[in-house]
Amino acid sequence: MWSDLFLLPFLTGLGLALVLPVLGCFLRLRDEWLAALAYAHVAAAGALLALVSSLAPALGGMAAAALAGVGKRLLARRLAGGAAFALLLLGGWAVAVLLAANQPLAERLGHSLFDGQLYFSGTAQLALVAPWVFFAGLALAILSRHLLLARVYPDYFSARHLRAWPVVFGFDLVAALTLALATMTMGVMGGFALVFVPAWIAFRRARSWRSGLVLAAMIGLVGYVAAFLLALGMDQPFGPVLALLLIAVGLIIA
Amino acid sequence: MSELLIRARALVAGWERPATAPLEFALESGRILGLTGANGVGKTTLLSALAGRARVFSGVLEKRPGLRLALQTQDVPPVEGVPLSGRELLALTGAADDGLPPWLVGRLDDRLDHLSGGQRHYLTLWAVLQAPADLVLLDEPTNNLDAAGVDHLASALRRLAGSGTGIVVVSHDHEFVEAVCDQVIVLREAGDVV
Repeated sequence: MWSDLFLLPFLTGLGLALVLPVLGCFLRLRDEWLAALAYAHVAAAGALLALVSSLAPALGGMAAAALAGVGKRLLARRLAGGAAFALLLLGGWAVAVLLAANQPLAERLGHSLFDGQLYFSGTAQLALVAPWVFFAGLALAILSRHLLLARVYPDYFSARHLRAWPVVFGFDLVAALTLALATMTMGVMGGFALVFVPAWIAFRRARSWRSGLVLAAMIGLVGYVAAFLLALGMDQPFGPVLALLLIAVGLIIA
Repeated sequence: MSELLIRARALVAGWERPATAPLEFALESGRILGLTGANGVGKTTLLSALAGRARVFSGVLEKRPGLRLALQTQDVPPVEGVPLSGRELLALTGAADDGLPPWLVGRLDDRLDHLSGGQRHYLTLWAVLQAPADLVLLDEPTNNLDAAGVDHLASALRRLAGSGTGIVVVSHDHEFVEAVCDQVIVLREAGDVV
């Protein structure tokens, strides 16, 4: 089982299983949990677009998600009230489905992205994910205090003559790129499950922010390992197994 | 030795349009200025202008260069459903927990959304009050506080001013303002200021 065929996908997903729940806590803090689905769909569309253009799908997915993150901020006034994420989700889904329906090359990758099949990850994917997971964790640790302040005391920045946009912009970019990598690695819904469910449980059960982050990461880690072994043992696609497992855990302990 | 923190000359503030009468005042470090008056005369708008949120339509507002502000608004911090403890809240603003009232000291490790409305208000107020700042701006700080909370707040403000911090308090609670503030301005709609 622990041949390269499974070890590389396992290690690739492992890093994401730690960082996605933590990212989910910050998205939930900002009432932006829908962003996970939006960026994932945009990344899927970007990956398919890159594939049919003879470019690397992973880079296409990351570029599309990064553009979405930047564009959302530029159009923040017009797309207030969560409209940005809903429109990105719809747009990403529509482009991805149309590409998969009309391009045979895109159809297979499209199925993989939406079915949530982890086992196609290889060395190249791990080489992208491992440093990014480290960077994203570091970035979230640095941004953490200001993201919390922006929620609890939104006037803190203006009162201190500080600019809030670098914090928000930086977070959007980290979120978009992390979710793009997650989508490329474990599919749209596999990534979304790790962003949404552990953070949801942590927000209900944790006694503090710090313990909430630890709890979310632990739920993500245990859920990921269990889902990986179950899916492998039962020869099932990884994404749905992970989602069902996390839903069951959430319903029991949330 | 006290130093000038802010000075207003014929200051008129507002959001979309002018909302306050022209106002003159100066505040030095270690002093507490009270702004009071009827609803709608622009107390909160004036405080917002001092914080740089509302517009200055005419007159002059001078601030000491590098002035560090701390602002408490009437908005309730949206912490419902967020696993944030009181101790973490204080750490966010750099506030110390020394001097907290006894009825809050034992609750610092509880989530904010597990505290009563009054406890949560006082803790979020304390996080602003004790944050490193030269000038603290407070908008209706006695709202939601019982008598013990108001007494504790009054003592805390006097101690804070004694350490050299300037404080501006907007309040409809005349008794509190008279008891705590060194100087009081009663804002009036007609433009005459007492």
